[in-house]
Amino acid sequence: MMRYVDLHAHMVSRTTDDYLQMALTGCVAVTEPAFWAGWDRSSADGFEDYFRHLTDFEPKRAAQYGIRHFAWLCLNPKEGEDRQLAREVLSRIPRYLQSPTVLGIGEIGLNRVTRNEIATFRDHVELALEHDQLIHIHTPHLEDKYKGTRTIVDILTEYDRIEPSRVMIDHAEEHTLPIILENGFWTGLTLYPQTKVSPERAIDMFERYGTDRICVASACDWGPSLPDAVPHFALAMRRRGHAAALIDSIIYGNPIAFLGQSPKFDVGAEPRSGEAATTVSPRDHTAATSSAGVAAA
Amino acid sequence: MQPGVIPSPKTGRELVDEYFIENRTRLLEIAAFLDRLDRTDASLVDRDFRVRAFRDALRLLDARPAAGEAQTRVERIQHLLSDPTTEPLEKLDTKSARGAYDRWQLGVA
Repeated sequence: MMRYVDLHAHMVSRTTDDYLQMALTGCVAVTEPAFWAGWDRSSADGFEDYFRHLTDFEPKRAAQYGIRHFAWLCLNPKEGEDRQLAREVLSRIPRYLQSPTVLGIGEIGLNRVTRNEIATFRDHVELALEHDQLIHIHTPHLEDKYKGTRTIVDILTEYDRIEPSRVMIDHAEEHTLPIILENGFWTGLTLYPQTKVSPERAIDMFERYGTDRICVASACDWGPSLPDAVPHFALAMRRRGHAAALIDSIIYGNPIAFLGQSPKFDVGAEPRSGEAATTVSPRDHTAATSSAGVAAA
Repeated sequence: MQPGVIPSPKTGRELVDEYFIENRTRLLEIAAFLDRLDRTDASLVDRDFRVRAFRDALRLLDARPAAGEAQTRVERIQHLLSDPTTEPLEKLDTKSARGAYDRWQLGVA
């Protein structure tokens, strides 16, 4: 049976039917970055309620379908322009980092690449470093993606303390993927029906660049998106003639290699016969190897 | 263009056999979109940066990469549609991106 981890799924926006569909198609775990609700929250209290939702209610809802649920916390880039609100929200995040299902800080990043967004992004990076957290990064949409990705990579490479292998720069496309990989970061391809990347284009990128440090995810949310986008990708890979072991390394081995750097992440699965255990120790980069034998760092 | 790291399991002929019909459909959808615009306002290409960028991108579709050209068609189109500037905006202007960068300062018709 197919198995996969959806590294980016906004399940607070989805129905229980979606959890069911994901479970039926082999999803064993999701990780949910904090994001924009489609409207601006009015206070830090609103964010705190959201963090409680992500760390308490949603893991219980997912567990009903046998899916492990993990979260990333932040004030998202769409609301990063409000510096006062950002400071207040950031001051409340540390207490939630102790939650057994919080993997790190995310999805931070940029939206329109403004000076205030950059300042808020830097604050989040500092918070992650201070608390030794993994980082999950959103890159801007459409015409802003190249400029935003370039800016994010330039900022991150200023920090000597950042280990690129502990950072996921998500929503890559053909013109931004090389910038991210060349600097040692992990990246994600978001499988959307309209914007971002189709399964076919994602496969093209794997054929061009290999599978090292690249994940796929649905990023399903309140907009046009598919909670079963990852199995759709797997089906498209099979249609293109790729082997089951290669597909498994991308949709299961790679997210586990990245997420397993957090001691909290565990899919609770026994390894299949003939393969190594899928949970890697934190910071054990030599062990962070996908089932295709691709080094994670 | 450099060969891929992971070879395509299918030959060129097999890729055409498998994917020609769905890409033929996409081609006709683009043609129909342009015809639809012509029926309403053919001058939009002069007055709306999105339409102008779209037309410019179409020209790149049929242009084979020159010898030594590293960028693929999709990369060249991505860059054509992207903001090429490097300076941050002083403040937020709009919440959402619009799909193309207005390099001509045309605005939206």
